[in-house]
Amino acid sequence: MGNIKKNINTPLTENIIKTLKAGDEILLSGIIYTARDMAHARLQDMIQKGEQLPFDAAGSVIYYVGPSPAPVGRVIGSAGPTSSYRMDPFVPSMFKAGMLGMIGKGSRSAEVKELIVGKCGVYFGATGGAAALLSGSIVEAEVIAFDDLGPEALRKLRVKNMPVIVINDCYGGDLYLEGIRKYSEEL
Amino acid sequence: MRNIDLEIITRAVKELSIEANTVANCDLKDALSLSIEKEVSPVGKAVLGQLLKNQNIAKAENLPICQDTGFTVVYLEIGMDVSFTGGIIQDAVDQGVREGYIEGCLRKSIIKNPLTSPVNTKDNTPAIVHIELIPGDKVKVSLMPKGGGAENMSRIKMMKPSDGVEVVRDFILETVKRGGANPCPPIIVGVGVGGTFDYVAYLAKKSLFRKIGERNSDPEIALLETSWLLEVNKLGIGPAGLGGKVTALELFVEVFPRHIATFPVAVNIQCNAARVKTRII
Repeated sequence: MGNIKKNINTPLTENIIKTLKAGDEILLSGIIYTARDMAHARLQDMIQKGEQLPFDAAGSVIYYVGPSPAPVGRVIGSAGPTSSYRMDPFVPSMFKAGMLGMIGKGSRSAEVKELIVGKCGVYFGATGGAAALLSGSIVEAEVIAFDDLGPEALRKLRVKNMPVIVINDCYGGDLYLEGIRKYSEEL
Repeated sequence: MRNIDLEIITRAVKELSIEANTVANCDLKDALSLSIEKEVSPVGKAVLGQLLKNQNIAKAENLPICQDTGFTVVYLEIGMDVSFTGGIIQDAVDQGVREGYIEGCLRKSIIKNPLTSPVNTKDNTPAIVHIELIPGDKVKVSLMPKGGGAENMSRIKMMKPSDGVEVVRDFILETVKRGGANPCPPIIVGVGVGGTFDYVAYLAKKSLFRKIGERNSDPEIALLETSWLLEVNKLGIGPAGLGGKVTALELFVEVFPRHIATFPVAVNIQCNAARVKTRII
């Protein structure tokens, strides 16, 4: 946004994640997958039953979003992040399946933050409310599972230079806490 | 009596649904532009710039400002010299929402029955309809697509009658603090005080229909609005919750008498995509 941005491609690896620090501004490119509440419940069920997931989870990045419908001539409608805390209970299963990165908005539970450190993962923030702008960085979109969930279906997206910022890094850094610490004037 | 065919209400709701979701109001744009000057965090400034750019893209490309095109809240102020023909008001409003959300490629986010039938209604109906009767022969239709993320960070507290103004302030600050980045700051804070458990929430919601900068007509309440807004902006949450001075763009308070045994307070949070459109028929 303001500073120099790092270009990062998916799928993520431990080596890539170790270069990321809370506050780093990233331009993300490659394949990412969308899932929110109901899709996560189904994925968790599949993971617990040992079933094969409808996508390659190894090193994957999950974007918490329920896009608006694609108008004629576009691959997707507006697509900004939804609140991440609602997906916190599913994160242990998703890490187990191979996921390494998440994109959303809002702070995570203590358990998720510990897992991000323990599993060498990363949590990116996208700007909530900047949905039309973020839609512009999505170049391909395809529903790959749970079509019946409508906006909550599991989608495979190809993104190009999607602007995100590192909130929680694998070293325990937390941009939300750092931000408040720096700017709070509370007595 | 002036007769109005409900088809006119349907058309208004349809057009306002599309317009509210794609075209940001001037008061919001101006407030965001001004807030860039006030913000001290470089990342915060950049986020505010992104939000303004987003509004321009949405308008130019006819896209929703936010993918969450909300629960459609319709506030109808109906002149007492008006009669309607052509059905019932809820159906007319719902039909407008149905047409607007389908034609406008807006997201359908309403689940039919949370307990027994958790399936999407696929047309964003029903709408939440609030009606107030006013003098005259006009109908004022105000429409607000209300996103779920900010709604989730809203709270009600039944305070003690012996509690003072500071307890109200503390509850507001605690609510904003707990919300953090979730309700998509910079937010607008809508506060209701007094009435009953249900009515206090309505007051908070109603306050969010005001334009940014429109103070409560009671000068003492207006003073509380501005001083509480300053307090909120000391929390350090900042744009997108990344730290900064601009946590809220506005804070509205609506007050109603209370029962001697109760002191209800409601805080309804509005996101940075504060969408309200109005038409007078």
